[in-house]
Amino acid sequence: MDGGRVGELGGGGRVRKMGPLGAAAAFLVVAALIAAFVGAADLNPLATAAALIDKAVPFARLPSSLGPLDKAVLFQIRLPRVVLGALVGGLLALAGAGYQGVFRNPLVDSGMLGASAGAGLGATLAIVYLGGTGPETVPVAAFAGSLAGVAVAYGTGTAAARHTVLGNGVATLLLAGIAVGSFLIAVQTFVLQRSASDIGAVYSWLLGSLSAASWPQVTTILPYAAVSSVVILLHGRHLDVLAVGDEEARALGLRPDLVRGIVVAACALAAASAVAVSGIIGFVGIVIPHVARRLAGPSYPSVLPLSLLGGAAFLVLADTLARTVLSPAELPIGVVTALVGAPAFVWVLRGTSHVST
Amino acid sequence: MTALAADGVSVTLDRAPVLHGVSAAVPGGGWLALLGPNGAGKSTLIRALAGLVRYTGTVTVDQADARALKARERARMLAYVPQEPVLPPDLTVAQYVLLGRTPHLSYLAVPGRHDRERALAAMERLDVAQFGERRLARLSGGERQRVVLARALAADPAVLLLDEPTSMLDVGHEQQVLELVDDLRRDAGLTVVSTLHDLTVAGQYADSLVLLDAGRVVAAGSPATVLTAPLIESVYAARVRVIAGDDGYPVIAPVRRPGDLPRDLPGNTP
Repeated sequence: MDGGRVGELGGGGRVRKMGPLGAAAAFLVVAALIAAFVGAADLNPLATAAALIDKAVPFARLPSSLGPLDKAVLFQIRLPRVVLGALVGGLLALAGAGYQGVFRNPLVDSGMLGASAGAGLGATLAIVYLGGTGPETVPVAAFAGSLAGVAVAYGTGTAAARHTVLGNGVATLLLAGIAVGSFLIAVQTFVLQRSASDIGAVYSWLLGSLSAASWPQVTTILPYAAVSSVVILLHGRHLDVLAVGDEEARALGLRPDLVRGIVVAACALAAASAVAVSGIIGFVGIVIPHVARRLAGPSYPSVLPLSLLGGAAFLVLADTLARTVLSPAELPIGVVTALVGAPAFVWVLRGTSHVST
Repeated sequence: MTALAADGVSVTLDRAPVLHGVSAAVPGGGWLALLGPNGAGKSTLIRALAGLVRYTGTVTVDQADARALKARERARMLAYVPQEPVLPPDLTVAQYVLLGRTPHLSYLAVPGRHDRERALAAMERLDVAQFGERRLARLSGGERQRVVLARALAADPAVLLLDEPTSMLDVGHEQQVLELVDDLRRDAGLTVVSTLHDLTVAGQYADSLVLLDAGRVVAAGSPATVLTAPLIESVYAARVRVIAGDDGYPVIAPVRRPGDLPRDLPGNTP
């Protein structure tokens, strides 16, 4: 048996796996550089690159022509926003890919199972009743609301699945998520209806924005982002096994319920951390995993890391557009992801004759 | 070689009893076929042997109680192929066969070189290695069944549990698959338990048969003792004739209602 053929048998082949991953990583670096150069304060690309290398690489002392003001713009305003955008985009796409794997359904995204609705209700309550005071109130409320939404949906869905007539626990869970989401949105609408003066603030949060990005925000969500990403990435192989159905997965010695619980918890944590600092940004969690599949095939050990990198790069670029197109005004980033993402998605789906999970 | 036995196995699904104290055994390297009309409990018995449904009674694998085995240990010994396996359409054949190595991987492990070698060996054994990069959606019925068997074989199991392995295949592909399973049994010492709907075919390949009806064992033993016209007619509510084939295997031929003469045959035209 020759080594070359055995090597080809990895999750779709090493070369085929590393090629798209390398391209996505390069794409992310380019997107981050563009985001760093472009903006209201025009920074010289070369000087910016020099300043970045000077800061990032120890012992490399590159003279940069950036003045102290430009450096402050770069390091205190633009860079935290780029890093936060990359984190949020990566987390949303990874959570979306994880949910799609766990539920064997290509139509779900990072906001499902009551995650977005719970975050929306949490943020609305914080804005309406706590006045959105302090930089922490709304993010903490959105984070807690998102996790609570998923917990309630997963709890009721799992309990209902024991007595289901659908014969399929996955469908019951998704339906429970839809029910919980609708309920939470109804509560949110009710609260908002009684407090019309806050509609503007709530609405602008719901559309998503990274304009408040700061290093403290980055360091706050970094631990959650790291833990949830590592857990999801470690379950790529298990998601491939789940693709053959719960019964065959059990026959292969895997415990589908356990895998589902772990991955859902990690995805919920990833999506909640993203939503807490950015508001609700749609489209990333459903589109990026599909693009990843088109590039690298359906095997999750490839789809998951590719979604993480691709989502990060996509959101950094979308945010750059959001803050430059109407400069000095900003577009809501959710509008940009959908405006740019939807046509791109249609183009990606073109020629896809089948629905992949 | 690994013997497998069910002793007094009862299963209740959705509060309805499906199996009532069924006992059946197959020695290491043997082929046991489970027969019976639709709804007799054949698939449920196979799933109980695989540990996929709750049962009372005991299942023993090489004299050890199957309940004492961990899920992965059991999965390493017993490879289960359902009647309609789920084939994710975009997965390649190689990726799918590699999933068969799952019982050998600890929770956080990834498939290594040895796993890929075993998967490739299984693919070569079932003659599917040449289309390893093809998507599962692009396979014919016969190819699908060989790919599914390759996945089962990739685990290096001791026992194959096959639920209707040929129900989707035409007679030629049915023979090819069953000959292949028989070769595996002889070459690798595999023990085979399968449900089969074709009684003649079951008599040709299995060395012992268990006939189930309404969740109970009606007859068990060699093909010659189980495949008798009175037994089959009572269990299946069918009209059959059992003919001794030239090769010694019984042939079960369906018989039409008396009075309906074949048309268009010489001598029968009015």
